[in-house]
Amino acid sequence: MNLLIRNGRLLDPAAGVDGMLDLMIAEGRIARTGQRLEAPADIRVVDATGKVVCSGFIDIHTHLREPGHEYKETIASGTRAAAAGGFTAVCCMANTFPVNDNRAVTDYILARARVEGVVRVHPIGAVTRNLEGTQLAELAEQAEAGCVAFSDDGRCVTNAELYRRAMEYTLPFGTPIISHAEDPDLSHGAAMNEGIVSTELGIHGQPAAAEDVMVARDIVLAELTQAHVHIAHVSTAGAVRMIREAKARGIRVTAEVTPHHLLLTDEAVRGWDPNTKMAPPLRGKRDVEALLEALADGTIDCIATDHAPHALSEKEDEFAEAANGVVGLETAVSVLLDRLVRPGIIDLGTLVARLSSAPARLLNLPGGSLAPGAVADVTILDLGQPWTVDPARFRSRARNTPFAAWAGIGGPWMTIVGGVPITV
Amino acid sequence: MAWKRKDLLSMQDLEAAEITDVLDTAESMKEIASREIKKVPTLRGKTVVNLFYEASTRTRTSFEIAGKWLSADVINFSASGSSAEKGESLLDTAKNIEAMRPDVVVVRHKASGAAALLARHLRCAVVNAGDGAHEHPTQALLDLLTIREKKGHLEGLNVAIVGDVTHSRVARSNIYGMRKMGITVTVAGPPTLIPAACQELGVKVSHRLEEAIAHADVIMMLRLQHERMLSGFIPSIREYSRVWGLTLARLEHCRPDVLIMHPGPVNRGVELSPEVADSRYSVILDQVTNGVAIRMGVLFLLAGGKAA
Amino acid sequence: MTVQREKAQVLDEAGLDRALTRIAHEIVEQAEGVDRVALVGIKTRGVTLAERIAKKVAAIEGARPSVGALDITLYRDDLGLKAEQPQVRSTEISFPITGRIVILVDDVLFTGRTIRAAMDALMDLGRPRIIRLAVLVDRGHRELPIRPDYIGKNLPTSRRETVAVMLREHDGIDRVVIQEPPEG
Repeated sequence: MNLLIRNGRLLDPAAGVDGMLDLMIAEGRIARTGQRLEAPADIRVVDATGKVVCSGFIDIHTHLREPGHEYKETIASGTRAAAAGGFTAVCCMANTFPVNDNRAVTDYILARARVEGVVRVHPIGAVTRNLEGTQLAELAEQAEAGCVAFSDDGRCVTNAELYRRAMEYTLPFGTPIISHAEDPDLSHGAAMNEGIVSTELGIHGQPAAAEDVMVARDIVLAELTQAHVHIAHVSTAGAVRMIREAKARGIRVTAEVTPHHLLLTDEAVRGWDPNTKMAPPLRGKRDVEALLEALADGTIDCIATDHAPHALSEKEDEFAEAANGVVGLETAVSVLLDRLVRPGIIDLGTLVARLSSAPARLLNLPGGSLAPGAVADVTILDLGQPWTVDPARFRSRARNTPFAAWAGIGGPWMTIVGGVPITV
Repeated sequence: MAWKRKDLLSMQDLEAAEITDVLDTAESMKEIASREIKKVPTLRGKTVVNLFYEASTRTRTSFEIAGKWLSADVINFSASGSSAEKGESLLDTAKNIEAMRPDVVVVRHKASGAAALLARHLRCAVVNAGDGAHEHPTQALLDLLTIREKKGHLEGLNVAIVGDVTHSRVARSNIYGMRKMGITVTVAGPPTLIPAACQELGVKVSHRLEEAIAHADVIMMLRLQHERMLSGFIPSIREYSRVWGLTLARLEHCRPDVLIMHPGPVNRGVELSPEVADSRYSVILDQVTNGVAIRMGVLFLLAGGKAA
Repeated sequence: MTVQREKAQVLDEAGLDRALTRIAHEIVEQAEGVDRVALVGIKTRGVTLAERIAKKVAAIEGARPSVGALDITLYRDDLGLKAEQPQVRSTEISFPITGRIVILVDDVLFTGRTIRAAMDALMDLGRPRIIRLAVLVDRGHRELPIRPDYIGKNLPTSRRETVAVMLREHDGIDRVVIQEPPEG
C-alpha cells in the first residue's frame, strides 16, 4: 500500500529522530522521511497536523483466547481492540484450549489471523505440554511454525531442571523464554497483594516474595544457560532490584510491565471491584514507585498490556472467586499518555520506545522502526484528544477494565498496518 | 440520631454515634425477652430472609428469634441442598430472592466482600452476618453491648483479643468498633496467626499471652479452627492450647474483675479450659442474650421505617 | 419542624397543680382504694405526670400506687410513614399488671393513636382488669373511638395548632401553652 503522512511530528526514538517530518510509504514499507515531501498523484494522503507519528506499537503480551475460549475473545475481536488502542501487532499467549503446545495450533492461529486479524499476530508457544510443567512441548516445530517466544504464562514452571532444559533447547532459535514468575505455594489461595489492605479486607494475600523468589530463580537459570529470559508483568520493587543488578552483570534478562501495575496500587481493591483482580496482583506504593523508576531508566525494557478478557459472569462474582485478569489493549496508550507523559513522569520518547522499538527488538519482530525499508506499521497519536473510558463501547468482547469511567487527554488517533490505515 | 443507612455491612463504615445508637436501641429492647408474650408488632408484615451459605446454627437462630419477636416473617435459606449446589452464583440467588420482595436479607458467606456485593445489587436492606475473614458487625455490636453493660462504659478500657486473628472476622469487626469507642486493643497470638501490617490497624501486637492479658479489662478468646494446623499455621492443636489456652492459673495474674468473652462455639480445652468457660469471669452466655437484642435493634433500625 | 409561635397560655403552675390534685381525688374515689391501682405513664412526660399523681394519691390515702413507664415506639401504627426513625426507649413496668386497675397517664390526648398503641403494649404485658385513661389536656380531633376517664383540661384547638406541655422536671417550668405556626 502507498500512503503519505504529512505535517506530523515524527518521533522515532530508536533512530534518534524527533521533528516535523513527512513519511512516505510504498508497497507496505517505509520509503523515506523528509520535510515537505511531494505527493505523487494517486497516493492517499493522511494529514497529521498536530499529531505525533510513531513506529507501530507492539503488545508482546496479549491473550486472544482463540482457539477454545471464543466466548471471552476471538482473534477478530482482539485484534480490533488492538487496532483501536493503537497497536499494530500483538503476540498472543499459549493458554488457549487446546493449549498452543504444538504446531497444529500455531498454524491454526496464524491461519485465523490471516483471515480475521486486522493487525499482525505473532503466536507465543507453550514451554511445556498442556502447560502442565512436566514435559517439554515440541519447541522446535513450534519455532518453525512461527512462534516468536515460549511461555507457560498463566502458570509458573516450577521444575527448575525442566525450565533449564527448555532454555537450553530453544537457545539456537533466538526465541526468548517469557517467564510468569510466581511461586504457587506462596501465592496459594491468594486473591490480592499481602499488606494492610488485604489485612483490613480479610482477603488472603500473596506477598511480593511470591514473585521475587521465582524472578531470582529465573535470573540464576538465565545466567547458567545464557538464554534470554524475559520476565512477564513485573510488579515488585524486589524483582526490579534483582533485574537491574542482573543486567549490570551482563545476564540476558529483560522485563515488561503493564499499565495497570504502573498506575494502580492495592488500595484500588478496597471497593471490592473484581476488575482490580489479576495475577500478579496490584501491589503497594513502593512497588509502583520502583516500577516507574525502572521504566524510565530502562531496567524495564517495554510495556505490555497482559490483555486478559473474561466474560461478565466470570468477573461479576465474590472477589475471591472472580477470574484473574483485566483487558488492556484499548486503554493502555490513553491512560499512559494522560497519567505518565502529561504530568512529566516519563517523557513521550521513552514511552514510545517502550511500546514500539523495544518490544520489536526483544522478540525480533518486524516493525519498531521508521527507517526506510521497515514494514510500514505506524501509530499516530493525538496528544490533545479528550477521552473517557466507556467499556460498553470496547471492540473487545470483554469489559473487565479497572479504568472504567477514567477521563483524560491524549490517545491513539490512527493505526496503520503495512501502509493500510485500519478502521474498526 | 436517626439511622440513615440502607445496610449494615461493616463496623469500619460506622461512626461512634451510630454504634451508640444501635447499642441504646438494643438495650431498650432487652426487656422483651423477659416478658411472657415475647412479641411486639413493630415489624409485622415485614419479611426477613436469612441467606446463610456457611453452616451456623447459633447466629442464624439469633437472627430468627430477633425477627420473630418483632413479628416479622423470617425465612431461612441455607445453601446446601439448594440452587447454590447446582452452581447458581451468589448474585443470581440473591436476585431471585429479591424478586420475592423481602425487606431484609441477612447474609453469611465464606467470601470477603460477599455482603457488599449483595448490597450493591439488592434494593432491600442487607445485614452482613459474616463475610469470609472480613467482618461480622452484629457480633462486635453485641460484644460492645456486653462490655458496656458489665463495665458501665467503654472508653478507656483495655481489651485483649487472643487467637487466630488472621482468619477472624470477629477480630476485625471488634478492632474497628472498639477503636471507635475509645478502647485500647491488644491482639495476641503466634506470629503466623497475626495478619500482615496488623499494627497499622491501631492495635498493640503481642506474641506472649501472659503479657497481653496482664492488664486487660476484657479478654476475648477466638476460636481456633482445626484446619489451621493442617495448613501449616501452627504445629499442633495440643501445642497451641498449652501455649495460648486460657486457664484459671493464668487468670490469677489478671485483674480480679476481668471479663472473659468468646464468640462461640467454644473449643473447650483449646482456647479456654472448661473451668474458665464456666467461671464467674465468663460473660459468654450474656453475649448470646445480647446477640438477640442487638439483632432486634438492627432489624428495627433497618426495616422498622420506610417500606422496602 | 417549623418554629412554633406561642398563641396563649392555658395553664400556669398553680392551674396545672390543681388539675392533677383533682385527678388524684377522682382516681381514688372511683377505685375505692389504692392497692389495686397502677399508674402507667406514657413516655416521656406522661411518666412525670404519673409520678406526680401517685404522690398526690399517697398524700390523700396514705399509700402510694405502683408507677410504671411505657414506651410505645414499637407499637406505633405510623412507623412506615415517618421520615426519621423514632428513638426506642425502654418500657419499665416492674410489677405484674394482670388483674390490676391500670390507669394510663399521658400529657396530651389528640388523635387517640398513642393510646391505642399503649393499650396494645399493655395487653402484651398481661391482662389488666380495667384500663382507664388520665390526660392533662384533651385537645379534641379524635381519629379512633378513645375517650379519657380523667381530664385535667378540655381544650378545643384547631388542627394546625400544637399544645405544648412544659414540666419542671424536663423544661424547668410548669405551664401549658397553645402554639401555632407563624403566618406565612
